[in-house]
Amino acid sequence: MSVSQKLSFEKSVSGRTGVDLGAPDFPSVDAAAALGGLVRTDAPMLPELSELECVRHFTELSRRNFGVDTAFYPLGSCTMKYNPKVNEAIAADPRFTRLHPLAAAPLSQGTLGMLWELGAWLSEMTGMSEFTLSPMAGAHGEMTGIMLIKACMAARGEAQKRDKILVPDSAHGTNPASAALCGYKVVSVQSDEAGLVDMKALDAACNETVAGIMLTNPNTLGLFETNICKIADLVHSRGGLLYYDGANLNAIVGRARPGDMGFDVAHLNLHKTFATPHGGGGPGAGPVGVSRELARFLPVPFIERRDGAFRMSEDRPESIGRIGAFYGNVAVCLKAHAYIAALGAAGLREASAAAVLNANYLRERLKKSYSLAHDRPCMHEFVLSGADLPGELTTMNVAKRLIDYGFHPPTVYFPLIVKDAIMIEPTETETPETLDDFAAAMEAVRREADESPGLLLDAPTSTPVTRLDEAMAAREADFCWRPDED
Amino acid sequence: MPYVPHTPADRERMLARLGVGSVDELFAEIPAEIIDPEIRLPGPLGEPALLRRAEELAAANAPRAADASFIGAGAYDHLVPAAAAELIRRAEFYTAYTPYQPEMSQGLLQSIYEYQTMVASLTGMDVANASLYDGGTALYEAALMAVRITRGKKRRVVASADINPFRLEVLRTYCRAVEVELVEVPFDTETGAPDAESLAGALDDGTAGLLVQAPNFFGVVSDVSDFAEAAHARGAVLVVDAYPVALSVLRSPGSMGADIVCGEAQSLGLALNFGGPYLGYLAAKKDFVRQMPGRIAGATADTQGRRGFVLTLQTREQHIRREKATSNICSNQALCALQACMTLTLYGKRGFRELGERILAACEYARASLGGLKGCSLPHADPHFNEFVLRTSRPAADVLARLAEAGICGGYALGSSFPRMENDILVALTEKSTRSGVDRYAEVLEGLL
Repeated sequence: MSVSQKLSFEKSVSGRTGVDLGAPDFPSVDAAAALGGLVRTDAPMLPELSELECVRHFTELSRRNFGVDTAFYPLGSCTMKYNPKVNEAIAADPRFTRLHPLAAAPLSQGTLGMLWELGAWLSEMTGMSEFTLSPMAGAHGEMTGIMLIKACMAARGEAQKRDKILVPDSAHGTNPASAALCGYKVVSVQSDEAGLVDMKALDAACNETVAGIMLTNPNTLGLFETNICKIADLVHSRGGLLYYDGANLNAIVGRARPGDMGFDVAHLNLHKTFATPHGGGGPGAGPVGVSRELARFLPVPFIERRDGAFRMSEDRPESIGRIGAFYGNVAVCLKAHAYIAALGAAGLREASAAAVLNANYLRERLKKSYSLAHDRPCMHEFVLSGADLPGELTTMNVAKRLIDYGFHPPTVYFPLIVKDAIMIEPTETETPETLDDFAAAMEAVRREADESPGLLLDAPTSTPVTRLDEAMAAREADFCWRPDED
Repeated sequence: MPYVPHTPADRERMLARLGVGSVDELFAEIPAEIIDPEIRLPGPLGEPALLRRAEELAAANAPRAADASFIGAGAYDHLVPAAAAELIRRAEFYTAYTPYQPEMSQGLLQSIYEYQTMVASLTGMDVANASLYDGGTALYEAALMAVRITRGKKRRVVASADINPFRLEVLRTYCRAVEVELVEVPFDTETGAPDAESLAGALDDGTAGLLVQAPNFFGVVSDVSDFAEAAHARGAVLVVDAYPVALSVLRSPGSMGADIVCGEAQSLGLALNFGGPYLGYLAAKKDFVRQMPGRIAGATADTQGRRGFVLTLQTREQHIRREKATSNICSNQALCALQACMTLTLYGKRGFRELGERILAACEYARASLGGLKGCSLPHADPHFNEFVLRTSRPAADVLARLAEAGICGGYALGSSFPRMENDILVALTEKSTRSGVDRYAEVLEGLL
């Protein structure tokens, strides 16, 4: 990686441009005359670079970044698996990319059919009755799911009395945030010593004021909720609904289905389980599946199949409404569709098997050098603790030192119920050799912690910048470049 | 099996290390009554078969659906510069996740900072966030931000009904869910613009925000200064939903008193993709930055004093604040923001202005050409930027169906969103529109009326 880090604005030379629109085709119009007092008089802050300079600028930026294609990226709960290139190639076909969202149905049968088929496949894989593909990320799916629960409770005449959502203390932050936004009081349910939902605590918390519970299974500790069927019975018997956060579906896809466990609503993350790229933070996709009872509340529009032809419909009178301007991140859905078609049911089963095997193997290799939060077999991920590191060293120092060994660090300080957590999810697409290399690096870092802690405190040193001052960023509040800063 | 690298020998070695006889034993915690259901899916498909299947799907779409297209309505067929389309496929970008480890994510973080700079400057705001899902969710996030700015005491927002109906529907859905009262004020049917008097009348001291779109859904450009004044007089903020390409030639909403500017930025070089992924953007005055949703990148220094970038003000966000977060958003549309950043960088100051002027010229020509036909009229007042309403003497749906037979996608039938506009077609132009294309549209249309 290089150390040059000029901003595009700092490379700008007045008069350059990187796009040639060609000779004007229409008679030109004087903007000031056409727009009068509404014409723009101040030039916006845009850099002026030639096309080659632009290409070099962004190529350089890409070299100062790290993805799954660079090296191992064991970010827990994020399922950073390989993103197959054939899916990218398929989604780049102009017959998909150039389709307008309001194009008439006869022009868009391929895309409509693909979306319809993907919905059906997701239902089959999860045991849910019907899916909407509109949610554009996991948290968007969660919000949609909570709205569906609210709509169901309203239809049952219980919207007023059921004003709480239960969330285990091990849950992702988006769970309580989504529930609270929809006006629910969030009640945290503690985990038991084994790291699972405490049945007694659940029994005490789950009463006639509870609309539902949000669960991840396996949970964020990578442990399967063995009592899941009992949990579902308990919650249902008290009149509540179960929400499945699909962040960890990669552990069980092809082997167990949220619908069979008793979940009423489930969101999936196509960018985790179904191998679509994370895009540096998005776009993902967070389709939501529901049980038969809740299907009538799903968002509009939805795809109908009639006489072998597909069309968009909004004919769903009890729908919660539209949750995005159009139909979700369609190109992401197309990549997931290709992934599922490539694997088939047997391939999905093999993928989850390898994900769980990889996690357990790495867990076994690392449990001597780091303390394990819960010393029992895991599913697709596991959590170590940095709490017993010597001296002033913290989990963050371990993470930063791993960067110098060429790895992306695991998720750190999450889940919150493990002190100084180090959460590792290797995924199925990594070879045992890679896991061995990573384990060796983790072990080396642990030795360094005792022998030369300075290496951890100063890390990373192999990157274009060293440790960055986050407090200063918040204090300075410099979110936009201004020319006078030079 | 694709993408799983383990050989039988690998598996044996790993299982031996674990002291386990088979992979199935690792799933022993799953209750017997739910394990291993029969799952019926097609496949598996090897790469050749997968490509054949994709070819079948692609072939079932119209081969040239976007050509001779005059449909916009919130999604526009702009040029996707080849350089941006190529650069966005750099795998160091698209196979990364959110830049939680800034030292190894400077590329993305710097691009977010550059993007924020450009969006803030275009909109006339002080700060922009890293992205939201789309224009619809950006509008709802802006409305909720207005509620937070007024400290949650005011849970009422007023919106002009000439906002893009798909985005307005999203706003309705979310306002219902988060229990914010939404008052929709009819637009002025004579001018096609927001009705300033009615909007001012709908504001009260319990109103947190006034929401307008400029240019609006009908392409009508308005001065929002009066709306800003009316909103501020009631202690409310003005939210303006703006089409970013229009800001190449139009005064920024910020210069006219807007407090929050949001919208759909698909127009900044993103493909149509049947509706997504697109790019919601949101920018605001600096006083409101702590109430903003989503990720924000900020400049800072490393231990050696070198400039670097991090995600900042994270105490607003769900992974820190949980149920007290400003938004539940986690994954956003980062790669789309990067592509918009690339597109704006390629155009640059002059190129972007040129782009706006080209679109303005195309729109003026099409208005004169189509609006001047017998049986056609232009119901709305000037000025327009890229899009306008064409009123015909026959139901728009019929006219569009006939145009489609001639291979022309003539626009969007407004009757499906506005019952009293059955004869109205919303016509959009971009820099890809051609004079011969508009002339042919006029010729075919003339024959129909």
